[in-house]
Amino acid sequence: MPNLRPPIDYLEATRALYDALGHPPYRWVRNEDVPPWTPLAKPVSQCRLALVGSGGIYRTGQVAFHHRDDIGFRVIDSATPVGELRASHFAYDLTDARRDPNVVFPLDGLRRLVGEGVLGALGPRAYGFMGGIYSSRKVRDVLAPAITERLVGDQVDLALLVPV
Amino acid sequence: MHPPRAAFLDFPLGHTAGRPDDREGQRAILAAALGAFEVLVEPGGVLTLPFSWSEDDAWKDTLATSVGDARGARDAAPQYQDEADRARAEAAMAAGGCPGCVFLEA
Repeated sequence: MPNLRPPIDYLEATRALYDALGHPPYRWVRNEDVPPWTPLAKPVSQCRLALVGSGGIYRTGQVAFHHRDDIGFRVIDSATPVGELRASHFAYDLTDARRDPNVVFPLDGLRRLVGEGVLGALGPRAYGFMGGIYSSRKVRDVLAPAITERLVGDQVDLALLVPV
Repeated sequence: MHPPRAAFLDFPLGHTAGRPDDREGQRAILAAALGAFEVLVEPGGVLTLPFSWSEDDAWKDTLATSVGDARGARDAAPQYQDEADRARAEAAMAAGGCPGCVFLEA
C-alpha cells in the first residue's frame, strides 16, 4: 500500500518548534563522509544479529536513563520477556512504547524470525540507550565506541539499530 | 546518523518498528527491514518499506508539531517509568550494583 503523502519533514518541524519556543535554531549534524561498508558475508538466515535501540529502553531492575545527555547504555539479555522492558525518553510520546516495547525495541519479532529461520540467531545481548543526547560528539566519541566494543565481543555479524 | 544501510518506515514518531500489539505487522516490518542487509549494495543506501500507518495519512497533519523535543527542563536524576522500577533499581544498587547498567560520562 503506497503512502499518499511524503514523510513528515521533522527538520522543518523542529526548526519551527524551536523558533516558537524562543530557542536558537538547532544545528543538525551532517555526516558527509561515506559510511563504512562491510559486505554481507553470508545470508541473513545464517547471521547472528544484535538489537541496539535508542528509544530509552531499560529492563526493570536497572537504573533508568536520566534526560540530561545521558550517554550510558543498558545491557539487556536477548531472552528478556518484553513485559520486563520499560521506556524512558523525553522527546517522543511513550504511550505505545510502554504498552508494547516492541514498537521501538522489537525483541519479540526478532525472536520469531529466528524461530522461522529468516534470521540465523540473536546475539546474547541487546543494547538500549536514550537517544535524546544533544552532544553528537559524546555519541560519536564515547557511546558509539562503547557499544561497538560490546558488539565485537558478542561476535555478532549484524547490528540492527532502531532509532527514535 | 549515516548508517551503512537503512530501512525507512513512514510511521509516526515512536513507532520505528510498528504498531503496538500488532504481532503480524511487526513481523512483516522486521522481515522487510532485514532484507535491506541483502538488497542494498552501496554505502548509504536506504530501503523504503512498503507499509502505511493508515489509509489517508491524516496523522501527518497533527503529529509534526504536537510531539517531539520541547526542550523542557532536564536533570540528571533517573526518570523511571514507574515507582516499582525505582524500588527494584535502588534495591539492586544497594545490594552491590545495577545489573547491565553502563554509566558513561564524557
